[in-house]
Amino acid sequence: MTTSERAPDPLLEVRDLRVTFREGTDQQVEAVDGISFEVHPGEVLAIVGESGSGKSITAHSVLGLLPPLATVAGSIRLRRRTSGRPEELIGLSSGAMRRIRGAEVAMIFQEPSTALNPVYTIGWQIKEALRAHSRVSGRTARDMVVEILRRVGIPEPEKRVGYYPHQFSGGQRQRIVIAMALIQNPDLIIADEPTTALDVTVQAEILDLLRAHRDEAGTAIVLITHNMGVVADLADRMVVMYQGCVVETGPVSEVFEQPQHPYTRNLLAAVPRVGVQSAREPVAAPDRIAVEGRDVVIEYPAGFRRASFRAVNSVSFRIAAGEVLGLVGESGSGKTSLGRAVAGLNPISSGSLVALGQELKGISRGKLRSSRKDVGFVFQDPATSFNPRIRLFDCLAEPFIVNNSTERPQLRQAVNELFDLVHLPRSFAERFPHELSGGQRQRVGIARAIALRPSLIIADEPTSALDVSVQAQILTLFTELQDELNYACLFITHDLAVVDMLAHRTAVMRRGEIVEQGATREVLLHPQHEYTQQLIGSLPVPDPAVQRDRSSRRQAVTS
Amino acid sequence: MLTFILKRIVNGIAVVIAASVLVFALVSLAGDPLASMLSSPGASPQTVAQYRQTLHLDDPIMVRYLSWVGGILHGDLGKSYSGQSVNSMIFSGLGTTLKMVIPAAVFGLVGAVFLGVVGALKRNTAVDHLISALSYALYAIPVFVLAILLKGYIAVPLNNAFGATVLYTIGDSTPGVPPSLSDQVRHAILPVFALAVYSMGPWSRYQRAAMIEVMSSEYIKVARAKGLGRARVVIVHGLRNALIPIVTIAGADFAVIVGGAVVTETVFGWQGMGRVLVDALTGPVSPDVYVVQGWIMVVAIFVVAVNILVDLMYGVLDPRVRR
Amino acid sequence: MSGVQGSGVGPAVDEHAEKIDAYASARNSQIAGALRAFARRRSALVGLAVLLLIIAFTVITPFLWKYSYSDITVDFSAAPGWRHPFGTDSIGHDLFAQTLRGIATSLKVATLVALLSTVVGTVVGAVAGYFGRAWDAVLMRVADLIMTIPVLAITLVLANVLGAKGSSWFLLSLVLSAVLWIPLSRLVRGTLLSLMKNDYIDAARMLGASDRRIIIRHLLPNAAGPIIVDATLMVGRAIIVAASMEYLGLGIQAPEVSLGLLIQRGQGAATTQPWLFGFPALFLVLIILSVNFVGDGLRDALDPRRTV
Repeated sequence: MTTSERAPDPLLEVRDLRVTFREGTDQQVEAVDGISFEVHPGEVLAIVGESGSGKSITAHSVLGLLPPLATVAGSIRLRRRTSGRPEELIGLSSGAMRRIRGAEVAMIFQEPSTALNPVYTIGWQIKEALRAHSRVSGRTARDMVVEILRRVGIPEPEKRVGYYPHQFSGGQRQRIVIAMALIQNPDLIIADEPTTALDVTVQAEILDLLRAHRDEAGTAIVLITHNMGVVADLADRMVVMYQGCVVETGPVSEVFEQPQHPYTRNLLAAVPRVGVQSAREPVAAPDRIAVEGRDVVIEYPAGFRRASFRAVNSVSFRIAAGEVLGLVGESGSGKTSLGRAVAGLNPISSGSLVALGQELKGISRGKLRSSRKDVGFVFQDPATSFNPRIRLFDCLAEPFIVNNSTERPQLRQAVNELFDLVHLPRSFAERFPHELSGGQRQRVGIARAIALRPSLIIADEPTSALDVSVQAQILTLFTELQDELNYACLFITHDLAVVDMLAHRTAVMRRGEIVEQGATREVLLHPQHEYTQQLIGSLPVPDPAVQRDRSSRRQAVTS
Repeated sequence: MLTFILKRIVNGIAVVIAASVLVFALVSLAGDPLASMLSSPGASPQTVAQYRQTLHLDDPIMVRYLSWVGGILHGDLGKSYSGQSVNSMIFSGLGTTLKMVIPAAVFGLVGAVFLGVVGALKRNTAVDHLISALSYALYAIPVFVLAILLKGYIAVPLNNAFGATVLYTIGDSTPGVPPSLSDQVRHAILPVFALAVYSMGPWSRYQRAAMIEVMSSEYIKVARAKGLGRARVVIVHGLRNALIPIVTIAGADFAVIVGGAVVTETVFGWQGMGRVLVDALTGPVSPDVYVVQGWIMVVAIFVVAVNILVDLMYGVLDPRVRR
Repeated sequence: MSGVQGSGVGPAVDEHAEKIDAYASARNSQIAGALRAFARRRSALVGLAVLLLIIAFTVITPFLWKYSYSDITVDFSAAPGWRHPFGTDSIGHDLFAQTLRGIATSLKVATLVALLSTVVGTVVGAVAGYFGRAWDAVLMRVADLIMTIPVLAITLVLANVLGAKGSSWFLLSLVLSAVLWIPLSRLVRGTLLSLMKNDYIDAARMLGASDRRIIIRHLLPNAAGPIIVDATLMVGRAIIVAASMEYLGLGIQAPEVSLGLLIQRGQGAATTQPWLFGFPALFLVLIILSVNFVGDGLRDALDPRRTV
């Protein structure tokens, strides 16, 4: 494929780029600290980094899309289509910059749910992009829009051009955003985390779409991502960013094989891989059952302008005492509804759900309350799972106070023990939630869940909001605690690799039903159900050689 | 969308019925409105008794309520103490009041959108601070204070300077003169201005916040990345979306404007709805039961109708609520 | 704010005394942080200063000033001067004394209304928001009603119904509170509903916390910001509605004095004797403006995600 040596003059050349943000009156924050890289025609360059690395800001600075509080210094040179000569983009007039935007450099954004204007039809919006730079008659424009929609894989494009964004799924919206970028036929596409908000099967399709476009039209792509699997799947070269600096640059295969910088090494090591960690074997003959569900149905009643909705449809499963059941599924599969039902936070509509010997169907409020001290819950979003007005001491003391289980003078001792268990300094007791990082907060979330030493923990995507390196630490902590306290656990996730690391058994959910369940190793290595196979096939593996092979095989199967 | 509107209409009817119960309970159960009449020297007990009978004040409460509601359903709001038809009093007042309220709502909205958008686009600059200060000031000046200031310090000097009446300060038109647009406008400018400005303060704050939120959304970035010009981004993509919340706010505040009109009419001596209500509440025999009850019913029905219209408009502005 | 909970640490535990101190000082620093955020808004500080100054003035001056609001002096329609800083009206009332009396009445009414309607609105709104169903349906219908009939019309009718009794500031406050708690309860309800989407409420539920504990410990403290801000703005709203009523001839009546009444009496001479209208109007606007600035400052200061 393309290598940097073959093309002597780059399409885009960034030299010593610095971006500072003004904060308050006199404070300056360096977000990007003198980075350099180049992009060659037809090449996919990945800029990789965790949150706060400055990768997104770098991407936005190319098209001058940073907020006014940002100051950009250094040089960004783009080889212009008209003259064929490189031209400096920093300091360009807004009119001149506008002629580059979309026409020569297009951008794809992270959040397809908000990237489209809700009040205009998608056909109108794509046409607007088309007409921003060229005169096209109404008839031709419509034909071109239909054609591009067909190319990005929107079914029935002639009809769908007149639809509004809210009438499409997240994956389809991202295709529309891509169509909007492609229709202007740019030389360079900057894709800012284009698949982060999407399910893994949709992600694979979007990556295929981008790859196909690169191969056909020779468009260069700058891919901003935190996902090493995505890098391995699509990119030719990569730039690793850490705290505003480039720590490593090189062809993807080289960097993955021989990472030079310790940060890159850590980053690669932290990525969970399916089938590499030894999946834990389930207990052969469980003596006690912690949770048993039979034909569980969860239905949300019809509400204001909303039809009734069956989130979970006749699901049966069991969790043995001391066992971790990984519940895997994509968004909308009903996995969270099921998890909340096990915790007694959602009522079940029919069937039977017994948790720790307590039937949850039709349980009274009082009984539910008293049974709750044996069940812990770890929430997905560490940002909203803590009362912002309460210090962590009060937060962790609450389980004991509510259940009158500890005398007041011993509270401090109990809270300290919890901090020790999750490896946080005891001094954090005096802090407020917002004074902690996401990973630290999630540790506190785990501490709160295990405070009363419950025999069942429900963890709802506890690591999905975290960076990979932090995620790895939290998962290690989780396994460690589970070994030590031996609680049963329902671990909900969308990430097969996470399940691989800590679940004894795995259940795969899709559209409200469990399509497959069994020992984790069996499910992951010998998936029986077609959907599980698809799920595993879509998961990008952080190894370029393997992943290329996988994705071409997957494409061969689908086409 | 259709079921939504139907629901809103049903809800509106329920609110109107609730309003009828509330106002009837308040006015009719509160005490004997004729008590003040009894104590005045001019009225003999017989006259009072007769009043009582013609106004049906001696009927049992349920009967009174039902006959009043029955009257409304037939389009008859009853009679005032002086024997005038409440219908004619209120509908002539309503016509006058609408001449003030509707232009005031429109100008208030336009002004608020303008101030809010400019404030949002020039966020944290001197212009924004100036607009903020202005909207705070507007919010803090009661409408009757503003009205008096306009009368005394705009109209009077202006008319003196021209040696003729440029702006009228009393009434909604010159009596005895054939109605002309210029006459009406010269009467309406000051009250409409006062009332428009009254709602402009809070509305412009909402508009500013809405515009800031919209302008920081992803689709604005997408629009810029497409290579669209700034004006197009701001107007076609920004303002179009930022108008959605302000329409709801303005609709919800319609009753507030009517309340402001009551005071403004008094300052400018308009014989509108405000005058009808205030007279019915401060006259020699007060409350003038059927006038007050009819007034509140008519205003309630009117406001409910405006709110349903606003909901319809919401459907036009926001495709997400259509269906 | 929740200083009581500090005692949960246990004063008897000596070895933790140091930590308790740190804890207490950290709590204080939270309050201090809020104060700093408040003080950063110059408008809020100025508003507070003006408000305090006006209050101090209205409280102290009647004891020192030679005229009472009801005194009739020998100066008729005098312009502001040394003897009468705000001038006199045609009967000889000293307008300085009258304006101060009017301010006092307005502030008394507004404070009582803010207190009453905030308490009632918070309780009803919290119950409706948390328990939903029937409570909620009733509250929402009542709120719909209040958005359909102008507040001023309802208070005017109520004041009329009370008749002569309606002229006492206490009853006027009750009349205003009877209406103004409704929008506040709607705000509390909405705030609670959105707060309840936060995972920490489910987390508290998972621990077995009671409804009362969840409302008092987790919901209301987080709703305190909007509630306090709205209560402050309520002061301004109450003053405006009361003054409008007085202006229209209902509510507080002569011989009592209020800002609305003074403005109503002075408006005819707005150009010839501007002091009659000007001083009461000036103070009316000044009070509302200051209160709103204070409310806005509080909004910033009470934001839980404010960085200390």
